[in-house]
Amino acid sequence: MRVVIAEDLHLLREGLVHLLRAHGFEVVAAVESGPELLKALTEERPEVAIVDVRLPPTFTDEGLQAALEARRRVPGLPVLVLSQHVEQLYARELLADGSGAVGYLLKDRVLNAHQFVDAVRRVADGGTAMDPEVIAKLLASKARNEPLGSLTPREREVLELMAEGRSNAAISQRLFLSESAVGKHTASIFGKLALAPSDDDNRRVLAVLAYLNAAQAG
Amino acid sequence: MALVLAALAEAVATVAGAMSLILVYGLGMVFLLTPVVRMHRVLTGLARSRAWAWSGIRVPEPYDPPPPPPVLQPDGWYRSERTLYKTPTVPAWNMRWKWMFADPATWRDMLWLALDPFVSGVLGLLPLLLIGCGVATPFLWHPFAAPLGLAVAAAGVLAAPRLLQAHARWTVLLLAPTARTLLAGTMRHLARTRTEAIDSQSAELQRIERELHDGAQARLIAMGMTLGAAEGLVRDDPAAAKVLLARAREASATALGELRRVVRGIHPPVLAERGLGDAVRALALDSPIQVTVEVDLPVRPEPPVESAAFFAVSELLTDAAGQPGAERVLIDISHQGAALRVTITGDGDAEPSEEVRHGVERRLASFDGVLAVSGVPGSPTTLTLDLPYALTHTITDKAPKMPGWKVFLVVFGWSLGWLPLFPQGLVSMVFKLSGTEERAWFLALHVPEPFQWPVIVFMICLGAVMIGMAATIPLRHSRERWLAEATPHRLWLER
Repeated sequence: MRVVIAEDLHLLREGLVHLLRAHGFEVVAAVESGPELLKALTEERPEVAIVDVRLPPTFTDEGLQAALEARRRVPGLPVLVLSQHVEQLYARELLADGSGAVGYLLKDRVLNAHQFVDAVRRVADGGTAMDPEVIAKLLASKARNEPLGSLTPREREVLELMAEGRSNAAISQRLFLSESAVGKHTASIFGKLALAPSDDDNRRVLAVLAYLNAAQAG
Repeated sequence: MALVLAALAEAVATVAGAMSLILVYGLGMVFLLTPVVRMHRVLTGLARSRAWAWSGIRVPEPYDPPPPPPVLQPDGWYRSERTLYKTPTVPAWNMRWKWMFADPATWRDMLWLALDPFVSGVLGLLPLLLIGCGVATPFLWHPFAAPLGLAVAAAGVLAAPRLLQAHARWTVLLLAPTARTLLAGTMRHLARTRTEAIDSQSAELQRIERELHDGAQARLIAMGMTLGAAEGLVRDDPAAAKVLLARAREASATALGELRRVVRGIHPPVLAERGLGDAVRALALDSPIQVTVEVDLPVRPEPPVESAAFFAVSELLTDAAGQPGAERVLIDISHQGAALRVTITGDGDAEPSEEVRHGVERRLASFDGVLAVSGVPGSPTTLTLDLPYALTHTITDKAPKMPGWKVFLVVFGWSLGWLPLFPQGLVSMVFKLSGTEERAWFLALHVPEPFQWPVIVFMICLGAVMIGMAATIPLRHSRERWLAEATPHRLWLER
């Protein structure tokens, strides 16, 4: 699988390259600045890009802007954004086009190589990978919201994992439940939040994220 | 009329003041000074408010700030210079009279009070006299008397407001603060805000040091120890070593989390990456209550201003969100010229506590910013942060240009000034003095004999004025510009 990496810290960039190569990815470009990233994304057309938010030359949100611009030019280009901190604001911007294939994770998540590679694969396949911290923030700011309040604790756990971008199978593994039990929970959640049920994992996640986002904006 | 009455009252006060001054100095009755000065200040205060109410001229108070109350020393005494007192009464009184005595405004007040009865008398009686004369004149039974009298009376009526203005100017002359007093006030303000800025800076640094020391540093040590233990175990008990390694990884994640929190407290990443508007938006998204943010900023303010504004908003928002009954907050970030204005309107019941308000004011003070709280209990409270020079760096770049009419005058003076000065003025003068018959095109020599000299003098003056004007206008303008540029707009950055 062809990957483009953008990260300005040499050590971390090399680390990512090694990690991904060890898991069978082909790193086609490892760049360190915003303009280089945009060029690599539009020319190389990788199957997935791993992008740091803060990049030279401005050291602001150069990486995020380049990723968003690349996704405007190449709709649906899978991008996994890494950052030292997560913000609902950036998550909303990434999810705004509603086409999926985005990830937004704390850099800490790289420490757990297995989960990280899993997230990269999910994004490359058109899924989403949202950092649990973003989801926690989204849920926290919606805590006073009526329908969310009516969820049982177990349903809330399922919702959190679902919002992170996990499939029913992954959720059942994480929570030590049977897959059919998870299916029941998700159906109940969708009923309570008045969302159209869907069997497609990705569409389902996007619906949940859109729900969490929209209510906040309103 | 009122002016005359006021003048009478002042005359009485002046006499009383003069008497007491004689008592104070002649008989050493110093205790009379404070009440007399107090009375003077009340009277001049009335004069100041009169100038504002009658003529719309604002006369600020020039007095030095009152001395702080005496401080109880650890040994239980109050010290005033080299004497110790049991109660604060005497040292407080000492400080008070010295404060009044040393303030030049006290003496300017006295001078004004002594002179004002005459000034007010003249200015107040003049229209009354005019009107009186005007009304009396028709009784002289002269044919011109009636219209003349009417004219005089009308002049009296018309002059009254001008005379009030003149009186207000006179009040400004002695009762407004002098440039020196104003400068002293500015110095005091700067010294205070600088001290506060330094204090809060060092408190911040201490807080950060403590957070790093107790948080991330301690965790890294624990992590190192766990890794060391794992190293020892790796050959004999790989399973246990694996558990320890997993624990070390968890500890590193926690340390990262804590560092992230510390960084957020120093300078939030969104603020660095996106500026004030989006940083406040991010803040709003994380807030437990519903916050609407509206931003209208053409440029980013300087980083220190941005940071101060952000933390001020953050503190106020946290406070507003914590109030009982708070559900909605509207934050509006806008600019007016060089000023950055943030208004926070919440539907909570209470205003921010004294502590929060003071903290925010301290943050803003180094940038000459202020916090205004408005609203009555039970209705939405609006907090307004005003940073008057936040965006100056974008606006002063356009140096004040000379207005068009001034440019015209300069060009006009330089290009045509020589015409009246030399040929029409000086050359005709030489011709006139030497008695030459030749009159050529010199205007002065063509006019009748008695007007020749006046025309020559007029021409010379006209030319001199035109050239002088053309020379001085740019000089004056560049001086104003230089002064404007030399005055630091961003005191906090360009030291």
